[in-house]
Amino acid sequence: MPLDQDTVKTIAFLARIKVPPEARAGLANELSRIIGWAEQLNEVDTEGVEPMTSVAEMSLFRRADEVTDGNCRERVLLNAPEVAAGCFAVPKVVE
Amino acid sequence: MGALADLTIARAAAGLSAGEFTAAELTEAHIAAMEAGRGLNAFITETPEIARTQAKESDARRAAGKAKGPLDGIPIGIKDLFCTEGVLTTAASHILDGFKPAYDSTVTRQLRDAGTVMLGKTNLDEFAMGSGNLTSHYGPVISPWKAADGKDRVPGGSSGGSAAAVAAHLALGATGTDTGGSIRQPASYCGIVGLKPTYGRCSRWGIVAYASSLDQAGPMARTVEDVALLLRAMAGHDAKDSTSAPIAVPDFAAALTGNIRGLKIGIPEEYRVPGMPKEIEALWSQGMAWLKEAGAEPVAVSLPHTKYALATYYIIASAEASSNLARYDGVRYGLRVPGDSLDEMYENTRGAGFGAETRLRILMGTYVLSAGYYDAYYLKAQRVRTLIARDFRNAFEKVDALLMPTAPSAAFAFDEKTDDPVAMYLNDVFTVPISLAGLPAMVVPAGLDAQGLPLGLQIVGKPFDEETVLKVGGVMEEAAGCTAKPSFLR
Repeated sequence: MPLDQDTVKTIAFLARIKVPPEARAGLANELSRIIGWAEQLNEVDTEGVEPMTSVAEMSLFRRADEVTDGNCRERVLLNAPEVAAGCFAVPKVVE
Repeated sequence: MGALADLTIARAAAGLSAGEFTAAELTEAHIAAMEAGRGLNAFITETPEIARTQAKESDARRAAGKAKGPLDGIPIGIKDLFCTEGVLTTAASHILDGFKPAYDSTVTRQLRDAGTVMLGKTNLDEFAMGSGNLTSHYGPVISPWKAADGKDRVPGGSSGGSAAAVAAHLALGATGTDTGGSIRQPASYCGIVGLKPTYGRCSRWGIVAYASSLDQAGPMARTVEDVALLLRAMAGHDAKDSTSAPIAVPDFAAALTGNIRGLKIGIPEEYRVPGMPKEIEALWSQGMAWLKEAGAEPVAVSLPHTKYALATYYIIASAEASSNLARYDGVRYGLRVPGDSLDEMYENTRGAGFGAETRLRILMGTYVLSAGYYDAYYLKAQRVRTLIARDFRNAFEKVDALLMPTAPSAAFAFDEKTDDPVAMYLNDVFTVPISLAGLPAMVVPAGLDAQGLPLGLQIVGKPFDEETVLKVGGVMEEAAGCTAKPSFLR
């Protein structure tokens, strides 16, 4: 199914990526081509086939429910573009 | 000193332990080679000072009789997808500008604990998304191999910087990661050995995630033995990655017995894809002939869902990428482009920070995961993935390993294939199915094409049977006897 420019606008917002309006047509074409190519999967009969969520044929390893680190606020904030009062700072969210 | 950079890891380890040279000398030779090789753009960040310190420490350990093993004092490159404490880690993306992790990935920590010396962080496709090392924010890597036509070639991707560095003798070995072929295809293009271990063999903790159900770290080096030595240090269960397997790590190098008598080697019929160049097909037959001479038995097998693997891969990998890359939001690390609201800041940051291919895959992934399309695309792809993995399981009831080509051609030139994403994706046609099935696979140089460019063959094993893969690969390496050197070294 071909994607139109409105769909590109919608998914770009869902992905929180600014896409300039003039780039929408090109992306719609590219994505349509890839999606169209991927639709070959409809040829495969998957009736009754379980979707694979993990390739490893093992149950997930569980570790003890223990605190293993902490008290490292400075290291956590080390790479933050903006810090205020020991917290990550972001543009105002609540008016 | 130049000669020190031409050694293998095994030979360098022997030299170090016999006192023929020091880790400091070995490291200086590689730092000089790395500087001389800057034109290849194989490294994003060089870390000569760290290398010198680590080499000195290694020599001190050895002098005290406390050398750690075959990797102590061995200079290697680290793909810039592995977090390294205090050292810029970029994933070749603008969006990780200035990111210096406060921790090491498990794999790089283990390599450090084994005594290796880090020369620097190698270039790659942005977020490991690509097959030509063309999407790096830090510019493309140039293969040390030039073709007969005189044109530069891509090193393959995404671990192109690692492959180029190892092939050009700038490092004795390097780490790579492989999601759909990112260790194996560049290894083939650059004429080196690359091994993608079984999914779960190496911890993914601290590796920048692309597609979590597929990503796997692995070694790249110039010989099968060297790859075995590196893998032993990289592998093992890690409590920080619940998908890393609680399975003992064998002495992989001990598997290189050279004895493959009686092993059954599967030849999957479906890999004879239409339009496959004659020389690839000839090389494949030659590879089987070599193994047969060594006493292995070829067996025809069928992997009927092979043709659907690429589309399955691109849906699953894009979906997982769109989810994994949601973390780059300008809040905790990397680039921030201001905006009036939080949403606008996110959109500006991600709009400016991601390159074109990454943006395309995130959008594609967002689309296939969005309401109304999830079942039709994502769930469908996961079901087909089950069938692809089942094909391999059936084949492995009859055989011990599989032999197949790595890529449909040798390395392409920079002006080829770049404008059509689907044509670019076809590079991965022989590597992606194995990733979807989570199997171990190794590429070994097997010959040159008509242009004088290297071609590798791929050996695939059962889950957690890297040892058979290495054993078969060792025999192939010996038989092929590839001695051709990249033009960079001539």
